[in-house]
Amino acid sequence: MSQMMYWEALRRAHDEELSHDPLVIVMGEDIGIAGGTYKATQGLYDKYGPERVIDTPISENGYTGLGIGASFVGVKPIIEIMSVNFAWLATDQIINTAAKVRYMSGGQLGAPVVIRSPGGTAHQLGAQHSARMEKVFMGIAGLRVVTPSNPRQAYGLLKSAVRCADPVFINEHELMYNMKGEVPDEEFFHPLEGSEVVRQGRDLTLFGYNISVHWCLQAAEVLSKEHGIEAEVVDLYALSPLDREGIKASVARTHKAIIAEEAEAPVGVGAEVMAIFNEECFFELDAPPIRVSAANVPIPYNHKLEKAAIPSARDVIAAALSLFPGKH
Amino acid sequence: MKVMPGYAQQGVAENDSALLSVTDKKRLLREMLYARRFEERCYEAYVERKIGGFLHLYSGEEACAHGVLEAARPGYDYVMTSYRDHIHAIKCGSDPRKVMAELFAKEGGTCKGRGGSMHIFDVEHRFMGGYALVGGPFPLAAGIAKGIKMKGGDEISICFLGDAANNQGTFHESLNMAKVWDLPVLYVCENNLYGIGTRIDRSTAVQDQYKRAAAYDIPATQVDGQDVEVVYAAAKQAIEHVRSGNGPYFLELMTYRYRGHSMSDSNAYRSKDEERSWLKRDPIHILRNRLIDSQDLTLSEFKDMDKAIIEEIENEVIAYAEQSPEPAVEDLEKYVLAENDPYVHGGAS
Repeated sequence: MSQMMYWEALRRAHDEELSHDPLVIVMGEDIGIAGGTYKATQGLYDKYGPERVIDTPISENGYTGLGIGASFVGVKPIIEIMSVNFAWLATDQIINTAAKVRYMSGGQLGAPVVIRSPGGTAHQLGAQHSARMEKVFMGIAGLRVVTPSNPRQAYGLLKSAVRCADPVFINEHELMYNMKGEVPDEEFFHPLEGSEVVRQGRDLTLFGYNISVHWCLQAAEVLSKEHGIEAEVVDLYALSPLDREGIKASVARTHKAIIAEEAEAPVGVGAEVMAIFNEECFFELDAPPIRVSAANVPIPYNHKLEKAAIPSARDVIAAALSLFPGKH
Repeated sequence: MKVMPGYAQQGVAENDSALLSVTDKKRLLREMLYARRFEERCYEAYVERKIGGFLHLYSGEEACAHGVLEAARPGYDYVMTSYRDHIHAIKCGSDPRKVMAELFAKEGGTCKGRGGSMHIFDVEHRFMGGYALVGGPFPLAAGIAKGIKMKGGDEISICFLGDAANNQGTFHESLNMAKVWDLPVLYVCENNLYGIGTRIDRSTAVQDQYKRAAAYDIPATQVDGQDVEVVYAAAKQAIEHVRSGNGPYFLELMTYRYRGHSMSDSNAYRSKDEERSWLKRDPIHILRNRLIDSQDLTLSEFKDMDKAIIEEIENEVIAYAEQSPEPAVEDLEKYVLAENDPYVHGGAS
């Protein structure tokens, strides 16, 4: 087990997969000579050459479509979209082609591409660099969506995504690339489905994914130390398909539930998880479940406004305490 | 034939008829006539409500797909196109019975009734799909070319699309990448002068589409798309360019569709005079008359051929499509994702 940063874990997965299969390629803006905006492909251009580590023009729909077309004939492209805000431009090829081609060809043709992209609000990047899109992609049949919350997942999910025959969208976060964590030294493949209980507790469940897992863990510590409330934390690293059984099992243990997401609430991950609470856990719940979500605004530039728009561990704590009226 | 300055193509117009043997020409005539009868039978089946959804017919444009693919290696080269895709698939080697069964939404169709008229796929014959988003295949075809190049094969990628697709961003993004990376892709523009119901001069600043390829330094030619021999000759040169590793090529074929954009089209945007003038340049008649003039065919032989085709379509193609079962409702969710992929659960290790 070694400590490494999230970007280093991604870089290692890229390197191993490029080395394992000559038909694996990496494509994206500034991922070659420059090594990637977040260093996920650092040094790989020199190692594997310009035919396999490809600096693309700024044509998100075009190069995503090109990667999808290449995947039709056996190439395994890892497509990096520098910011998820730019992936809106590639939704045509991702949704209309990659997600649907297996079905509409009656199973003849698949699009085994990986599309990696950081979403989320970083520091004062403004409305057009702070969006999240996982809510869009997780509603599209034929597409898998995963979202690593730590370096181990970043490594193992990318490894499995490259080998998987389905198109996989990997939702990352601009603020998480320098996060440190343990990654096994031996090669491993993380499941693309399921969820993970990352903290055990009997009083309520805090569901999170990607960055909000960390708010939930911080909140759980405070709830335990200051309020005597033991929270279970569940990491929903797979957003499509969502782990219905895992969600149901946790709520059956704790009978109270919160889902925390960085995105705005409407038609979101939280909305979907709330629907699962309703459909699967209605009689297990001792209190109405709560969504912790962003304000429904384009993300502002002003730092104070930006902070106010995005939830944090404090919002998760406040939501949790509201479920225990006696414990304030 | 018009050629972009700086991209002189020689000998195409002069030697057209010398390139194909009489046997080949007679076979092509039969294939194009078969295509016409196939499409016209689709029209009837649509009216009879045997075919649902949207139906886009190729009648009038037969010389384009047949001329280009005759010069290519159908079943070996990768081909994709738009939603007007039945005939391209058949020329690539698809069984017409399976294409018709797909239109009839049957399990025996090319895509087991999941695709429909706009989404014919036949990967075994390297027909890589009909796509319903205008301009969608541009980058996909470039991607197939990237794959060919990586694997070191001598196949090429051929992408047929209409003139109106060139007003999509994917046209520009894809031609740019194809040139920057020297990809073995042939873009064939079937210029039928209308984007759905809007005439090209009302929607498009530069009406000669081959000129637009110059923006990406891609050699381009514009030729008559109604004369299959002219198309064949131009395609032969274009394909040789691409297959020899010289990068992409753009071939514009001037053509006309007799039916509306789709079956739901009133055709009110075109004059009868215009339609009549194009009917005089029917691709089947051009080749038929040439073969009759050279005494290689008689009118009665042609009529017999036509009769045999109509019967074959009825007795074999339509009968197969009628008899094929519908997909089972229990299989509704099949083909959404790959089956039993070990990496979904963390790999085999």
